[in-house]
Amino acid sequence: MGRLSFLLAVALMVSAMALVTSQYQARRLFVQMERGKNEARELDVQWRQLQLEQTANAKHSLIDEVSRNQLKMEAVTPGHTVYLARPRDANGTPIVSGAPLTGAVQ
Amino acid sequence: MKRVAFNANPVLRLGLPAWRSRFVLFLLFAGFLALGARAMYLQGLFTDFLQKQGESRYARTLELPPTRGKISDRNGVVLASSVPARAIWAIPEDVKASPAKQAELANLLGQPLRDVQRRLSNEDRTFVYLKRQVPIDVAEKIAALGIEGVHQQRETLRTYPEGEVVAHLLGFTNIESHGQEGMELEYDAQLAGQPGSRRVIKDRIGRVVEDVQAVREPVHGHDITMSIDSRIQYLAFSQLKAAVEEHNAKGGAAIVADARTGEILALVNLPTYDPNQRAGLTGGQLRNRALTDTFEPGSTMKPFTVALALELGRIKPTSTFDTGNGRLSFAGATITDVSRNGVLDTTGVLRKSSNIGMTLIQQSLEATEMWHKFNALGIGQAPRLGFPGAVAGRLRPFERWRPIEKATMAYGYGLSVSLVQLVHAYTAFARNGDTVPLTFMKQLLPPTSTQVYRPEIARLVRGMLEEAAGVDGSTLAQVTGYRVAGKSGTARKIVNGAYSTSKYVGSFVGLAPVSNPRIIVAVMLDEPSSGGYYGGRVAAPVFSSITSGALRLLAVEPDAPFKSLVVPEAPLTTISTPQSPRAPAKPAGRT
Repeated sequence: MGRLSFLLAVALMVSAMALVTSQYQARRLFVQMERGKNEARELDVQWRQLQLEQTANAKHSLIDEVSRNQLKMEAVTPGHTVYLARPRDANGTPIVSGAPLTGAVQ
Repeated sequence: MKRVAFNANPVLRLGLPAWRSRFVLFLLFAGFLALGARAMYLQGLFTDFLQKQGESRYARTLELPPTRGKISDRNGVVLASSVPARAIWAIPEDVKASPAKQAELANLLGQPLRDVQRRLSNEDRTFVYLKRQVPIDVAEKIAALGIEGVHQQRETLRTYPEGEVVAHLLGFTNIESHGQEGMELEYDAQLAGQPGSRRVIKDRIGRVVEDVQAVREPVHGHDITMSIDSRIQYLAFSQLKAAVEEHNAKGGAAIVADARTGEILALVNLPTYDPNQRAGLTGGQLRNRALTDTFEPGSTMKPFTVALALELGRIKPTSTFDTGNGRLSFAGATITDVSRNGVLDTTGVLRKSSNIGMTLIQQSLEATEMWHKFNALGIGQAPRLGFPGAVAGRLRPFERWRPIEKATMAYGYGLSVSLVQLVHAYTAFARNGDTVPLTFMKQLLPPTSTQVYRPEIARLVRGMLEEAAGVDGSTLAQVTGYRVAGKSGTARKIVNGAYSTSKYVGSFVGLAPVSNPRIIVAVMLDEPSSGGYYGGRVAAPVFSSITSGALRLLAVEPDAPFKSLVVPEAPLTTISTPQSPRAPAKPAGRT
């Protein structure tokens, strides 16, 4: 009888400690998750801001101004363009192969 | 003290009445009963309230605001996006800041110091907004000042990086992030999203410790991809702006639409505004002229009447019309041409834009035929654009047309259209006689079209329009390397119920390239007052520069001969196997 109650008391203690630690672990992981979520939110905001900055810095009026006045560039005219014919199949539709013709040289 | 055994207690010897002990027993029972009832009451009936009270000591409901969707152009360039911002507010009573700090605060807020001080000294009020939608970096500097009684609150700021160039299309949101104009208003429900919430347990210092219930995630607003190409949009904007300034016009509008899909690639209005700085806006700036202003189209309507007469076989391309000396008495009025043209064929009537020629053509048509065709082209009906504020224009019922009105309608007076309706009607000539609905949203599926003219008639009129924009017509509309077709229009404005002799609307509507039309471009200038007012003079050059730029941006192959100014270093035949490393336009990855 005395031995049984001793064993039960030990088991109770162990289970109580387990409860405390698991609760502690759960909270710790939860806080970590919260931190991760916050970080994700902040990165999303940053991404939005960078996208906006990208558009603002690549604003067409800005590019137009710089290329015309600072770099002394001119708009392309058909006279200044070399047109290349794409190989066509029997139906006359262009065969699309790999990189587009206008793409950069590899 | 003398010890006495309990049952020998002298008190017991007293013969007390039995009811007294019963009474005590009863009181004890009653006490237990009351306790039990109270416990039952708290546990059973009152439990919700108590649990709520307990929870309110540690649980909090957090509002999860949704993020408003982005608006981007067809190539993914962001045109409107929301970023977090802060509202700066204060409790005047609590604010005790040195004048130096107040000056710094006013400086950061970008407001005069006097204004800030006046609002902070108003101690009757317990809450004043100092400024709303302050960018985060500025808000952080304000927080760093550490002024007591000045607080911040989260909100969002809608930003439009392209500013005035796309202002009329996007519209804007109010301070509560609800759309007020343009796409922001039309698609407000999709952009806005649904707020979510979560119930959490917070610890002593306010950290979130645990979710109590399942989190109701916010539904973020959908992103919207418009049909606009921001490169063409800027092109149209800059060209139109230059023309409005050159001709000192009151306003102007231009539309570029894809003839294959009905997608609107660019739509600009002048005067415009910066949606990021909306103080002191006037109605004239806000108006989306291309959609909400109607005007009598004048000569740009002529091709539709000609096409109808051709389709019904009333005239042939070779039919001739004697326009005499440029004056014709008709139904009690005098119809005049700008110049005397003598005998013209059908193409000549369009090329010379002869009102008399049109009067002669419409004599072969019934009013009901004309009304039905115009109606089928969408004139007099509000276009279903998915955009707020598009107007229907005016096309009166044919039963009430007088003969002179029928004649003027044949050449575009007595009815009114918006520029966007005109573009829609011209899709019939750019395609094979079918019109497509115009849209501001990027389309993934081919559009459903409505046949208005027979394909051969559309091709025939397209050829006539090419001549009208050719050597003898509006030469200023021509584009190097591409065949263009189009019609200029000059309409007098109605001022106080009569046609003005000094106020005009000059317009040009055209399509390119003629061999396989890709785009429709329409330009309208309101009251040009210097350097001419004819559509062929003021609007055609704008058409030409927009078309040439847009076709280049869309990589459309030229279909007209032109003088090439470049000689490729390597002969073109060697292009499939490039030999010179410096050969221009060396193809990539073609081996």
